[in-house]
Amino acid sequence: MRLAILGAGDVGRSVADLAGEYDHEVVALADSTSAAVDPDGIAVADVLERKAGGDPLGTGSPDDVFDTDYDVLVEATPTTLGDAEPGFTHVQRALEADRHVVLANKGPVAERYEELRALEADSAGSIRFEATVGGAIPVLSTIEDCTPQAVTAVRGVLNGTANFILTRMAAEGLDYEHVLGEAQDLGVAEADPTFDVDGTDAALKFVILANVLADGGFSLADATVEGIQSIPGSALDLAAEDGRTIRLIGEATRDGVRVGPRLVPENAALAVTGTRNIVQIETRHAGSLHSSGRGAGGPETATAVLSDVGRLPPL
Amino acid sequence: MGNAPESGDEDDPDAETDGGLRAYTVRLELVDEPGELLRALAPIADNGGNLLSIHHERGNITPRGHIPVEVDFECPPDRFDDVVEGLRDAGVNVIQAGAEHYGEAVNVVLVGNLVETDLSNTLSRIEDEADAVVQDLSLAAPEGTDGISSARARLAIDSGRSGDVLAAIRSIGTDKELTVVEPLLGGEA
Ligand SMILES: NC(=O)c1ccc[n+]([C@@H]2O[C@H](COP(=O)([O-])OP(=O)(O)OC[C@H]3O[C@@H](n4cnc5c(N)ncnc54)[C@H](OP(=O)(O)O)[C@@H]3O)[C@@H](O)[C@H]2O)c1
Repeated sequence: MRLAILGAGDVGRSVADLAGEYDHEVVALADSTSAAVDPDGIAVADVLERKAGGDPLGTGSPDDVFDTDYDVLVEATPTTLGDAEPGFTHVQRALEADRHVVLANKGPVAERYEELRALEADSAGSIRFEATVGGAIPVLSTIEDCTPQAVTAVRGVLNGTANFILTRMAAEGLDYEHVLGEAQDLGVAEADPTFDVDGTDAALKFVILANVLADGGFSLADATVEGIQSIPGSALDLAAEDGRTIRLIGEATRDGVRVGPRLVPENAALAVTGTRNIVQIETRHAGSLHSSGRGAGGPETATAVLSDVGRLPPL
Repeated sequence: MGNAPESGDEDDPDAETDGGLRAYTVRLELVDEPGELLRALAPIADNGGNLLSIHHERGNITPRGHIPVEVDFECPPDRFDDVVEGLRDAGVNVIQAGAEHYGEAVNVVLVGNLVETDLSNTLSRIEDEADAVVQDLSLAAPEGTDGISSARARLAIDSGRSGDVLAAIRSIGTDKELTVVEPLLGGEA
């Protein structure tokens, strides 16, 4: 497949870098100001070197990407809430041109799911978005294999930053502020960790899951979301007295989405440690399935994007 | 959004839900030998159980010269038989199993200005409005009584009511501006 990649951050760059290993060709890569476009395939290594050096990716503008011949648009621009722009318009333009779209950007799938599906219905192209939920962990493809109707609920830990903070607080008896600072020093938490610790990032992922289970109907506004900022070390100590710990757990069912700090047994599968993520898929006929792994990171997320590309039918 | 079986998908009443943890009591008879208690308890954790408490009635030797021990633990309901079988396989004399003390137990952690917001009033509201019995309470107030503190309460409730009970506690929490950390009831956590 010929890939056009929008977004040259951790994810977009890794998709470009790994595409060759998956036998795909990159015909365009754009960031917010420039683009490298070549119908015969861009020289990925050179383009990435220019990006690393702070130079424009190429001579094109981001808009030129849409004029080139590509099979799959990879949407890896920043996740935004509400209208989910500019991601939504990018997806719309590709579908209207009868191209496939693979998203890493959570915004359009969480906030405007029904509109995306309507655009897809009128297009020869289709959309996939494995990378939006759980990074490298195959979550949506597992649900697809079980069929969404056979899945009754999905629960789990889908934010590595919050999980890292709670794990450290429990292990070291330290308070939230202290551990957050440490996580920022380690590069585990971003300079502005708001969406990670207030539950928004996890909620977007569980909203996407609820949309998949119920075939739409949910956006962030429908989710009940609580973060971990108000959890003191003493709450984790008390939980530990009783063989339990606290994790930021999300739940998605056809009835709704809820994300918040919850008590779980210390030895429970969902009590993963550090930045690890886990999902539990509760099925009608086969009990619960668990998969855990790395929920974020450039190469990790790129593998999910490229697996999606591999699942697309030829145009 | 609890996961009591009755809140399952209406299309399929048989939809499998794994249920939460349940509290169980088993009565064991142990030989009075060092290490015997530890050995006897291993199958509980090995089969996914969480030990809650042990009543070791040392002074109360059975006619056969054994010591009766009452063990409270919790586990997912579908693991209970495995626990009992595990105990028996380990050569432990299980006198009585499955006689539940109470329907169900749930733990909650409350966080906030617990003292200032009158903890004993909070607890009695939980007992009244959520129809639960507070069995056990621990309080941690590292900042002193006028700062943020945490309390863990174990509540005995009627079977199958955990969803309602937690909803009631949530609304008391909202009222008093306390953070309520609820247990995750669904699935095999
Ligand atoms: N990182 C992860 O682990 C991960 C995991 C799952 C999903 N995601 C999602 O994947 C997406 C990308 O993540 P990331 O970590 O790579 O983000 P990032 O590092 O912030 O990169 C975003 C990229 O998008 C570019 N961009 C912004 N507006 C654009 C526009 N209008 N047209 C074209 N490009 C535009 C930016 O350009 P400049 O370089 O010029 O600023 C930047 O290169 C996000 O939506 C994120 O939520 C990320």
